[in-house]
Amino acid sequence: MPRPPQVAALVLDHKRPPRVTGERVSMSQKEIEVILIRQLATHLAMPMFITDAAGNLIFYNEPAETLLGCRFDETGEMSANQWATAWVPTDASNAPLAPDSLPLSIAFREQRPAHGRFWIRGMDNVRRHIEVVAFPLIGQGDRHVGAVAVSWEAPPT
Amino acid sequence: MKVVLWGTRGSVAAPGAETARYGGNTACVEVRGADGTVLVLDAGTGIRRLGLTLARSQCRVDLLLTHLHMDHIQGLGFFSPLHDAGREVHIWGPASTTANLRARLMRYLSPPLFPVHLRDLACHLTLHEVPCGDVEIGEFRVSSALVCHPGPTVAYRLATRHGTVAYMPDHEPALGVAHFPSSADWTSGYAIAAGVDLLIHDAQYSRDEYRRSVGWGHSSIEHMLAFAELAQVKHLVPFHHDPAHDDAELDRLLAEATAIPHSFAVTPGTEGAVFEVG
Repeated sequence: MPRPPQVAALVLDHKRPPRVTGERVSMSQKEIEVILIRQLATHLAMPMFITDAAGNLIFYNEPAETLLGCRFDETGEMSANQWATAWVPTDASNAPLAPDSLPLSIAFREQRPAHGRFWIRGMDNVRRHIEVVAFPLIGQGDRHVGAVAVSWEAPPT
Repeated sequence: MKVVLWGTRGSVAAPGAETARYGGNTACVEVRGADGTVLVLDAGTGIRRLGLTLARSQCRVDLLLTHLHMDHIQGLGFFSPLHDAGREVHIWGPASTTANLRARLMRYLSPPLFPVHLRDLACHLTLHEVPCGDVEIGEFRVSSALVCHPGPTVAYRLATRHGTVAYMPDHEPALGVAHFPSSADWTSGYAIAAGVDLLIHDAQYSRDEYRRSVGWGHSSIEHMLAFAELAQVKHLVPFHHDPAHDDAELDRLLAEATAIPHSFAVTPGTEGAVFEVG
């Protein structure tokens, strides 16, 4: 049979009444694979972008902030429609690119890797030529949990 | 519901006079509902004694494995209900990306590691892979979610009309986080632990030990306390004690860490401890 609890040696704060706030605790939490890849992204020197399964841009790291000319804290999370146009992606002739043609859009929508080179205009009004590799995030049990894009400023051609 | 700690040690069993109070058996917790439903959390060496106490009338037992590291399954072959043809045993646990739960369990329950094959167990055995969404087991609603620990590892949340328990014996939510804790929605395990009446959580390391063990999948006692605060739990049970920590050392570490004000009760996880929830 179980022995009685043996906690007498340590009198911590059992006597303190639990906090009763009356607040309902939010249980919202990102998928663990997304949490882990964001932790990785915060340690990398490469610009990295992360979307959730719905295509919402839920994080980009500090190197990406340099590329986009704005901080993540300023923009916050963005819907797929917002981020796909926010930085005005264009081709070499300055023609706008369709949002669905962007590598990160393809990665989360079609769940396959994608690559592309195009121009963006950062919120610091600087136009940059970038190269992007994107891939879907597939978790345990084949769960589609999001997508990731890694980008670089493209070398001069 | 009634919660009994049958094994509280992490990594490897650590029996001896110097660990007698906190206990030497590895992870195993019994949760018994008011309707008689018995859930067993993990199959560390503590499960052997638990198995001996289950009444023959307890026809169904549900064993919920968080993961398949040795300290969480070593007692499996010595859990008497598995060898009883009159029992219905359900084992819940994570598959990997390349092997299902049955294949993973067979690595241990087969020679040369164990003389009895999984297929030869006498009980009526059913395997279930988690996480699989919420499931009803007796009066319990059982939720599971992957958490930060090497390899596929889940934590469980058990809810009845009367109360909630979260069990996360192996968990490193602070991994890679510069200033832990960060926001709740970016914290591993938060959804499982949010607002529970009783949280049983990894407390493997001291602050200095954690610095030398980042990425090994465990928490410092300080990280555990910060996680419990973030999740607004009501009662915290430090668990999965490092085998190198004897009773005196655990007394010291826990007293030191919990001297800092916090908003929940803390009861050290000692083998044999009993908690009534709800």
